[in-house]
Amino acid sequence: MSKTINLHHQSWSRRKAIKTIAGASAAVTASATIPDVMGYAQSQSSAPIRIGFQVHRTGIGAAYGRWYDRTSQAAVKRINDSGGINGRPVELVAEDDGTDPKRGAEVLEKFATQKNCDVAFGTLFSHVVIGSAPRAGELKLPYFVVSEGHHVASGILNRYTLQPGITDVKSQVEAMAPFIAENLGKKVAMVFPDFAFGHDHRDYFSAAFEKNGGKINALIAIPPTETSFTKYFPKIPQDTEILYHVMVGPAVLTFVKELGEFFGSRRPEMFGFIDSLEAVDIASPGLEFLDGTYMWEGNPRYVQSNQSSHDKLYRQAVGVDSNGASISDSKDVSTYAHMFGCWETLNIIKAGMEDSGYRGPEDRAKLIEAVEAMSAMPLSDDHPQGSKIFNGKTHQTFGHQYITRVSEGKLVLAHTTSIEDTFYPDEVDYTTQSF
Amino acid sequence: MDFAPHLFLATLEGAITAAVISLTAVGLSLVFGIMRVVNVAHGEFFMLGAVVAWWVASTLGGHAALGFLAALIIAPLFVGLMAALADRLVLERLNYDLERTIVATIGLLYVIQQVALMTFGPDARPVEAPFDLRIAIPWFEFSDTGVNLIWPWGLATTGYKLAVIAAAAIIVTSIIVFLKRSRFGLMMRATQMDSEMASAFGIPVRRVYCVVFGLGAALAALGAVLIVPIQQAHYLMGGDPLLLSFIVVIIGGLGSLPGTILAAVLIGMSDGIISVFFSPTLAKILATLLVALVLIFRPHGLFGHHTS
Repeated sequence: MSKTINLHHQSWSRRKAIKTIAGASAAVTASATIPDVMGYAQSQSSAPIRIGFQVHRTGIGAAYGRWYDRTSQAAVKRINDSGGINGRPVELVAEDDGTDPKRGAEVLEKFATQKNCDVAFGTLFSHVVIGSAPRAGELKLPYFVVSEGHHVASGILNRYTLQPGITDVKSQVEAMAPFIAENLGKKVAMVFPDFAFGHDHRDYFSAAFEKNGGKINALIAIPPTETSFTKYFPKIPQDTEILYHVMVGPAVLTFVKELGEFFGSRRPEMFGFIDSLEAVDIASPGLEFLDGTYMWEGNPRYVQSNQSSHDKLYRQAVGVDSNGASISDSKDVSTYAHMFGCWETLNIIKAGMEDSGYRGPEDRAKLIEAVEAMSAMPLSDDHPQGSKIFNGKTHQTFGHQYITRVSEGKLVLAHTTSIEDTFYPDEVDYTTQSF
Repeated sequence: MDFAPHLFLATLEGAITAAVISLTAVGLSLVFGIMRVVNVAHGEFFMLGAVVAWWVASTLGGHAALGFLAALIIAPLFVGLMAALADRLVLERLNYDLERTIVATIGLLYVIQQVALMTFGPDARPVEAPFDLRIAIPWFEFSDTGVNLIWPWGLATTGYKLAVIAAAAIIVTSIIVFLKRSRFGLMMRATQMDSEMASAFGIPVRRVYCVVFGLGAALAALGAVLIVPIQQAHYLMGGDPLLLSFIVVIIGGLGSLPGTILAAVLIGMSDGIISVFFSPTLAKILATLLVALVLIFRPHGLFGHHTS
């Protein structure tokens, strides 16, 4: 009895199922098509411009990611408050890349194919950029990086990858070398992280320093995932006059502390890239020995006596106090020397989209051409770090560099380089590549 | 740096690694020896110890030593209880089956790591050392006038690092004494020799398992609390100690405590010395190669013995 009913029920339901499936698939097709048409129609008017934001939420770059996120949100809010881009609001589509090159490329893929992003933007760590950029080229997705590696200007990437908002390591170290040679000494031992970004330091600083009459007497590479550092320090020769340090990763505080324990009261002169202490309070216990040492900063963390109105506005918008920490939590120190790049890059994307009359993904090439045509970017609310000169051929921007001195637990501006100090001959002309 | 002071510094660094590894590896070895469970989540219990230590120290505030001492008690206790809970909820239900517990502890590894990421966050956070003391180490120099005392450049350590070595030695010794002399230690040894027979003699084997799993995790956490003022707490910090503990336990002989301790000193010291003179990667290569050699020529480890 029950069998018959079941059979009857089954055959009835199969027939019905076919109908239902046919109906549903028609509906799905229709619903998929209609919003598409609507979306296209809207993109001409008020649909948001979607900026895919590749962010280091986890992994070794997490501290940078947190502040890149806050800076970018603040920049987008400011853009939207002043009417958006071409009258359209901007939407940031954030996705964690785990500070991992493989995941980075997947995130770009997602932006282009699933999230309908107009452009991709954001990431810092050079291995993620180098791992992601080829995919951006294949997807024909403009990829604006805020990474400071030399990989963009060196020519190994492609026409779709640009770095208009932050200077690169090669120009930074070339501008630092004369200052170090003149003021601190001639014999340098370098400690740097063992990946692309650190290798840029090793190669370009060594060359620039030797050109200034200095000598490199040790090159010490440390894996960026290392957690204990004392074992590397005995390789620093005793006749070292200046220790040049740059380190990244979650253990930077340990790195600098152990340097202090190693040297005791007999430290050589020290010149560091603030990367060694980004997101770390300079007044942390164990860092007292840094007093009197020098730091490169992309943008001075502490408010300086010559603070511009633009820095004031930017600092307030992002929520950073005069010591470079979060307004809401004085222990949450920012990555102030780097994160301005997000703010400026978003303003450059806005300017590029407005110059090119950007309407949608079909105008991506026009957008890149518009950015390539840019050159002088004067100090302004859009560029609070300082004036810059963008080189459209190499897709790289050039700007002022700041050298600060540690003094009573603060970083005090000691020297500002000119933009010209950071120039070097072009190594590539991306504008000759086809889209 | 001259060779001799350089070697001394390397040995000192190696001794710290050895101290921490011996604690975590003894925990891993106890769990394997008594329960026959390969605990892949052991490194995450280590990480959890460091994270709880940070949490305790930063919540308490006040003098650094106060927060650290509180962490030294609370973190291993908390991690031990969590592990005992995991034993009751997961391992016991799998009947301590070797293969299935491996898969289950891999699952635990991810759960603990992700919960730490979601709550503690992705940043490395420091715990202040209870005391801050740099000790410059004197050296001897022979000259025409006799033996002179000199202070070589860079030859220094901190009082805290020396304290870590001493603390680890004390803890490991007390574990051995506890196993040999206490009533519960006797029950643990009986369970290790033959759990069925122990059960027949009225030893509550399941309860012994629960305590052992908790104790193993607590030892890892204790190692982490000791190292966290030197290295900072981070949600991904469990990987290295897990690898090193496995290396040490395999070389020493799975389940053999003296073998584990000897191997910890051997691996820790060689890691320190090879890292200083050559490279840290070479140290890892050699340690792993040594594991392969031990597995080929002495599959039961240096001190291990055949078990059915």
